[in-house]
Amino acid sequence: MAYFSVENLSISFGGLKAVNDISFGVEQNEIFSIIGPNGSGKTTIFNLISGIYRPDAGAVILDGKNLVGKTPDRIAKTGIARTFQNIELFANATVMDNLMLGRHINMKTGIFGGAFMFGKRSPAAREEIHHREKVEQIIDFLELQSVRDQFVGSLAYGKRKLVEVGRALALEPKIMLLDEPSAGMNTEEKDDLTIWIKDIREDYKVTILLIEHDMNMIMGISDRVFAMNQGQKITMGAPQEVQRHPEVIKAYLGEEAIN
Amino acid sequence: MDMKRDYYEDIELFKSGTILFWSILFVAALFVAPLFLSNYHLYLFNLVMVHVIVAVGLNILVGSTGQIALGHAGFFAIGAYGTVLLMTKLGLPFFPAIVIAAFISAFFGFILGLPALRLEGPYLAIATLAFGLAIMHIIGHTELFGGRQGLTAPVLNIGISQWGLNWVIKTELGKYYLILIFTIIMVLLAINILKTRAGRAFVAIRDSDIAAEVIGINLTMYKTLAFAVSSFFAGIAGGLFAFVLGFFDPFTFNLILSIIFLVMVVVGGLGSVMGSIAGATLITYLMYDLLKNVDEVPIVGNLLVAFSGKFLTTTGIDNFNLVALGLVMIGIIIFEPLGMFGAWIRIKKYWKTWPF
Ligand SMILES: Nc1ncnc2c1ncn2[C@@H]1O[C@H](COP(=O)(O)OP(=O)(O)OP(=O)(O)O)[C@@H](O)[C@H]1O
Ligand SMILES: [Mg+2]
Repeated sequence: MAYFSVENLSISFGGLKAVNDISFGVEQNEIFSIIGPNGSGKTTIFNLISGIYRPDAGAVILDGKNLVGKTPDRIAKTGIARTFQNIELFANATVMDNLMLGRHINMKTGIFGGAFMFGKRSPAAREEIHHREKVEQIIDFLELQSVRDQFVGSLAYGKRKLVEVGRALALEPKIMLLDEPSAGMNTEEKDDLTIWIKDIREDYKVTILLIEHDMNMIMGISDRVFAMNQGQKITMGAPQEVQRHPEVIKAYLGEEAIN
Repeated sequence: MDMKRDYYEDIELFKSGTILFWSILFVAALFVAPLFLSNYHLYLFNLVMVHVIVAVGLNILVGSTGQIALGHAGFFAIGAYGTVLLMTKLGLPFFPAIVIAAFISAFFGFILGLPALRLEGPYLAIATLAFGLAIMHIIGHTELFGGRQGLTAPVLNIGISQWGLNWVIKTELGKYYLILIFTIIMVLLAINILKTRAGRAFVAIRDSDIAAEVIGINLTMYKTLAFAVSSFFAGIAGGLFAFVLGFFDPFTFNLILSIIFLVMVVVGGLGSVMGSIAGATLITYLMYDLLKNVDEVPIVGNLLVAFSGKFLTTTGIDNFNLVALGLVMIGIIIFEPLGMFGAWIRIKKYWKTWPF
């Protein structure tokens, strides 16, 4: 059985079947990409996995346990972290604080412990220092040193996308859901991101689900690709295979013909 | 960058020697200030400090967590009545009484926080407003709480009379030092809360509740926690306030007071502890000193008295107090939306580059 899987997942909005009987399994440490034209239901799958939407039917299974019905914060605690297509950062907090927030579930200090953080040896200060060191490693890894203490709201789009990846990484998740992480980045930033995603898989041992429109990136890093259209699966397989699949070509050409 | 950093720097109370120096100087000044102050001014300072505690706590709820609250006079009342009744009816010493009263206030805050999970903006404002009014009326109609006649604070004995330890504070000066120590402690606690895990979670909820949830923050828990914490601060402040006034009745804790608390936080600058301190100080001074005797302000005073005599009822002159307060608030929101804290940041920037 797969390490992580979604089984017969479905949800409708009004009459629209946004996700229609979708199933796939992901192996541990895999980079698994989901592609499909605009509005095909990719982001909705992520929202179902992370508990923002509750499916009409189907299951989301991690390590043999069904996650459906859990609230998003409980799902985060089971080891699933994500980024958002439209960036959901804490705009009035610094990069450092955003990443520290990513460590929320790994920390324990409560309101009293925090309030009485007097002196370097207080439990709160010791925990705080320990986790700041961890976050600093992520800042070094994603080359965010120069913006470390800046407010996230003031950063360029590409940098913000990166901070969001960093925040997800700070959770030390088992699985990371990246929703179009390269959107709005220039070529150079995209190349860096491609390398970092591979590193996240190798060094941090994270299983990655990736939604992307950039075909170069998809071809370059995916182990397998899942293609969908209008809420339904088209095909799943090795990147080149999927790219050549006539239905996939049709779905994309159809879209281009409209545009 | 292989420079080994000391991460404690980031979370230290005093991030630099300069800040430490000025903080010490400021606190030292507060300790010697009474030497130069009249009893009236000591009373005024006591009021300022009590309001600082409320504002700093309210700021955690409104500024950091982004939830509106228009009922904080209610929690303030619970602190005042709770402390006095625990001392007079149960014979508790002052310190346990005020802390327990503050926890009771926090508990009510938690309860009020529960509906807040489903309410936002104006709806939450109305819910909290109703709470404040309800507290006022419940107190006003309950024998135990002294009804409309109000309560008189007992002797302020900060010792433990049961053990024969009596330390009675009789003077404004004594109260000043007691309240000053409370204020310093509460401000430090607030700063620490905002700098650590729970405080970050509050800000996260304000900026993006959806992102807060997917990083594992339990919205229910932290929203109600923010209510409880800020009510705890109001409770402590209320306990001290009881002794600043010596006597109080339900109407002391009316809706206007709740609004004034909110004004302090907004005027100071949402989300900033220093801003809340400044806001509470400014508004208290305006309300209780400068504008209280608006008729004595040269020239303008006479005009207002004439105006009030001609167009308003006999008590009309008092209304100018609130009108002026409203004008201050409108002015600040138009010219400096970030409040006094925002102005301070700009001034600091200006002087950094001055004279170029
Ligand atoms: N909360 C919602 N209410 C109503 N309709 C929704 C909702 N969320 C998604 N949809 C609809 O479901 C469909 C799938 O949307 P989704 O965002 O999953 O597409 P996507 O594949 O991520 O597209 P894109 O590539 O543009 O990001 C769309 O038609 C969208 O309008
Ligand atoms: Mg999408």
